[in-house]
Amino acid sequence: MFEHYDIIVVGGGHAGSEAAAAGARMGSKVLLVTMNLAGIAQMSCNPAMGGIAKGQIVREIDALGGYSGIVTDHTMVQFRMLNRSKGPAMWSPRAQSDRILFSQKWREMLEQIPNVHFWQDTVTEVLVEKGKAVGVRTGFGGDIFSKTIIITSGTFLNGKIHIGQKNFSGGRLGDANATGLTENLRSFGIESERLKTGTPVRVDGRTIDFSKMIEQKGDDEPGRFSYLDTPKLKRQLSCYLTYTSDEVHDILRTGFDFSPMFAGRIQGTGPRYCPSIEDKIDRFSEKDRHQLFIEPEGWTSNEYYVNGFSSSLPEEVQFKALRKIAGFEQARILKPGYAIEYDYFPPTQLQFSLESRKVENLFFAGQVNGTTGYEEAAGQGLMAGINAHLKIRGKEPFVLKRSEAYIGVLIDDLVTKGTNEPYRMFTSRAEFRILLRQDNADQRLTRKGVELGLAEPERLERLERKETIISDIVGFIAKENADPAMVNPYLDSVSSAPIKIKNRLANILLRPQVSLKGLMECDKNLQSFIHGFSGEPVFEEAIESAEIQVKYAGYLEKEMEVAAKISRLEDIRLGENINYMEFKALSMEAREKLQKVKPLNIGQASRISGITPSDISVLLVHLGR
Amino acid sequence: MHQYNTRDTICAPATAPGMAAIAVIRISGPEAFAIAQVCFEPQKKGLAFSEISTHKVILGQFHEGERPVDEVLLTKFQHPHTYTGEDLVEISCHGSPFIQQEIIRILIDKGARMAKPGEFTMRAFLNGRMDLSQAEAVADLIASNSSASHKMAFRQMRGHFSERIRELRQQLVTFAGLIELELDFSEEDVEFADRGSLNTLLDTIENEIGRLKQSFSMGNVLKNGIPVAIIGKPNVGKSTLLNALLNEERAIVSDIPGTTRDTIEDTIAINGVAFRFIDTAGLRHSEDTIETFGIERTYEKIRQAAIILYLFDASGTTLEEITETLNDFREKFYDENKRLILIANKIDLLEEIPHHFRNLVELETIFVSAKRKENINMIAESLLSSVSTASEEENQAIVSNSRHYEALAKTAEAIAAVRRGIEENLPGDLMAIDLRSALHHLGTITGEVTNEEILGNIFEKFCIGK
Repeated sequence: MFEHYDIIVVGGGHAGSEAAAAGARMGSKVLLVTMNLAGIAQMSCNPAMGGIAKGQIVREIDALGGYSGIVTDHTMVQFRMLNRSKGPAMWSPRAQSDRILFSQKWREMLEQIPNVHFWQDTVTEVLVEKGKAVGVRTGFGGDIFSKTIIITSGTFLNGKIHIGQKNFSGGRLGDANATGLTENLRSFGIESERLKTGTPVRVDGRTIDFSKMIEQKGDDEPGRFSYLDTPKLKRQLSCYLTYTSDEVHDILRTGFDFSPMFAGRIQGTGPRYCPSIEDKIDRFSEKDRHQLFIEPEGWTSNEYYVNGFSSSLPEEVQFKALRKIAGFEQARILKPGYAIEYDYFPPTQLQFSLESRKVENLFFAGQVNGTTGYEEAAGQGLMAGINAHLKIRGKEPFVLKRSEAYIGVLIDDLVTKGTNEPYRMFTSRAEFRILLRQDNADQRLTRKGVELGLAEPERLERLERKETIISDIVGFIAKENADPAMVNPYLDSVSSAPIKIKNRLANILLRPQVSLKGLMECDKNLQSFIHGFSGEPVFEEAIESAEIQVKYAGYLEKEMEVAAKISRLEDIRLGENINYMEFKALSMEAREKLQKVKPLNIGQASRISGITPSDISVLLVHLGR
Repeated sequence: MHQYNTRDTICAPATAPGMAAIAVIRISGPEAFAIAQVCFEPQKKGLAFSEISTHKVILGQFHEGERPVDEVLLTKFQHPHTYTGEDLVEISCHGSPFIQQEIIRILIDKGARMAKPGEFTMRAFLNGRMDLSQAEAVADLIASNSSASHKMAFRQMRGHFSERIRELRQQLVTFAGLIELELDFSEEDVEFADRGSLNTLLDTIENEIGRLKQSFSMGNVLKNGIPVAIIGKPNVGKSTLLNALLNEERAIVSDIPGTTRDTIEDTIAINGVAFRFIDTAGLRHSEDTIETFGIERTYEKIRQAAIILYLFDASGTTLEEITETLNDFREKFYDENKRLILIANKIDLLEEIPHHFRNLVELETIFVSAKRKENINMIAESLLSSVSTASEEENQAIVSNSRHYEALAKTAEAIAAVRRGIEENLPGDLMAIDLRSALHHLGTITGEVTNEEILGNIFEKFCIGK
């Protein structure tokens, strides 16, 4: 019934979808096995993509030729560029998506790739011969064979849902969980642990009084995630802010005795940055209110998502408390909030390619690796898809450095340090925040994507055009002078000191209060020069990048210097077969950790917790460096 | 992280630590000549640094700006035929630990970096001046050095020092947390620190670094000798003992109790180890205000001392009195880093040692006659034996001091940049670059501060997750 595939992807979420698309578009024959074909790339939690650090990841996925950015652009109902008031490293795109359209668009995109086949089934076993994965055993389709397998099963493995004192099996509310696969993988020596996450009530929008809440609109000039020409938003939906109160907290407290978290029925660790409302009340009892963020689920949906009210208290307690919140007095709930526990496989068992160290040709991506978030999952899925394809063709794995992409930071953290709570990306995890911006993901990654055969040639054309315009503008600013008569009124208006004599535009742009747009408006020469590019599709992006390049040149250089220093350490490779236990000069702790992680290079070794600079010196000497 | 960056210039003493006639300090790297040039004035007028020929010894003055530091011999080694294969300068200076430390400090101020253990050899290897088997021998050396430095660091960490560094680190983590909070959690419903309170926090951090730099850069112990306080009740012979030790009549000696109204200090070297003796006013309660002042000073001096000689009159003191005084003393000054030696004086007045004093054996009591200079050499020996380990540590501390000094100087530099950032209202992500650099430099003393740690600090203090 089935042909022999190159790649079987187990799970059709954000990781699985990106993996299938990447592998197939590079030329592999891919079978996507999912338990429910109607639920491809479902947004199981809030209907939003991007945000701080996560938005950068989506841009990176897009720059490499992944689909998450395009799908988001086609299905979003609101767009905001967060942190505009901060430095450029912090500008983070975020979109509210139509949950149903998002899933449909993903399925449509996948269906347009001829090499992607679909099969609705549950995978119960990975077939392994001589330490190599050769296929999967499914619930009713029997055995299907392939050269590589990518596990992207999200929260479904032995998923257990908790609401108050009730608990039952499930991968997501309304969907069955998957059993058998964890136990099967364990039999190959792959370790598994439990994690926990949670989600809030969904409310019927017809029963919400939005007039009692604070409206939060999208940007006046909404941006996009994709570097391609995806449609721009013309109309947007709003989100709303409201707050809990002491009264709400008191009601929630009445349910504490029935909380599966407090009673210890949940053993898995939950994320500290996304606690349940009961956790927040318990840990920060001095706070008399907590902010809630009400997100629309789509253009036509009545469903609203109550971000910040995640709970696993009994549903009637959730309901009673909700009704004491401003705007929810008459609310009807559609689904209660719940906590879910699931299996994950500690990612230190992986190589940088996301291939298992224990079983060859078996890859893992997404929430099964202990992460949380669609963006983190999608980024891993993309990398696993690329690397499965490369593996089949006997090519070197595609690995991104920490200085190249958040995706690089993500996978390096997972593989080197592991995680014991659901891992979410923060910009503070990146050493080179200023280099990893949302505006330059294409400059960082698109050439790599094209080389891989994943990113379309069109992307390269756009990138090259953008870079030409950037360098023209930067060149102009560097050599042309500003006339005091022209710029002084503007400088005065932004409370910046006036100039007395002609001064280079670049020098003026360096001032914190001065913007390129502002300068353009007062300096006619600059304006006419820049407007010469205004017909270009990459015009806006190029201006933005040019400004950043001039304004933050000093910082960019500083970070690039450090990155170059560190990258020299990354270039010093450590062989796979080194027996660290023989290194008498290392402490026992260092020996054990190195033996376990088997770092690929000195740079990675230095990031293992507990490895000291002197341990690194010893390694360097043993390497003959 | 970047342990063996070979593009910068390093310096370190090349000779064994400790008191010696001369010491050699080595500078290696691309900037070695440029750095040496600004601190060295050849004796021969008009001789430009660039004209000094390679492998030739030149006499001149090592200076910091206008201030001369030492008369030195300098040898310039043009690469590649040098120990490290890089441009190299060797400075032979006088062997005082203080001079060595000063020279190192100045070189660091001028842009050199303190060499890490084995780094000269490492560079020699990297530049092909050594083969693999030689380099492997260096591996052992590095290992032993670092274990020694661990031990050393650990010892240092037990003092006030560690307390301060820990506080500093904690303050920096808090500060970083506040900055990162605004960045990663700007969408959350948390209150962000205003610039005023950030400035206050920076003040505290800068003060802390300033104090630490001060305590390191002067290297007071090495410069001034190991402080030894001589204490005891009035008229037990403290001044006589000091004179016996100093071998000169320096302190005023009289039979009237309370003659020594101020503290008197003198430094002598015993077998190359410098001791700074502090004679103190007698420990007793007094109505005399001038003397009370003296007693206050005494307490202060005792707190500063590393070794305390507690002197009592063996001829007229009961065990109870001694025990009581000792208990009192422990209460006021006890510190596990201080060493206490009991001296029973005036044995010339005794026919035999009173039986009950044998109970004091565990406290190491030396029986002397200061007046007749009997058994004074035992005190000297005891002092030496008691500091033989400490002195080794102190000598090592030249290196570690300078290393710490460098780290602190760089931390301070980065913190100053953060301060400017706050004044100029720089966005947090840019300020964070300098802050991270501060954390990194401090991390070379305390161990790196990880991103996890900063995030952990945020999650602990702020309710994240709207």
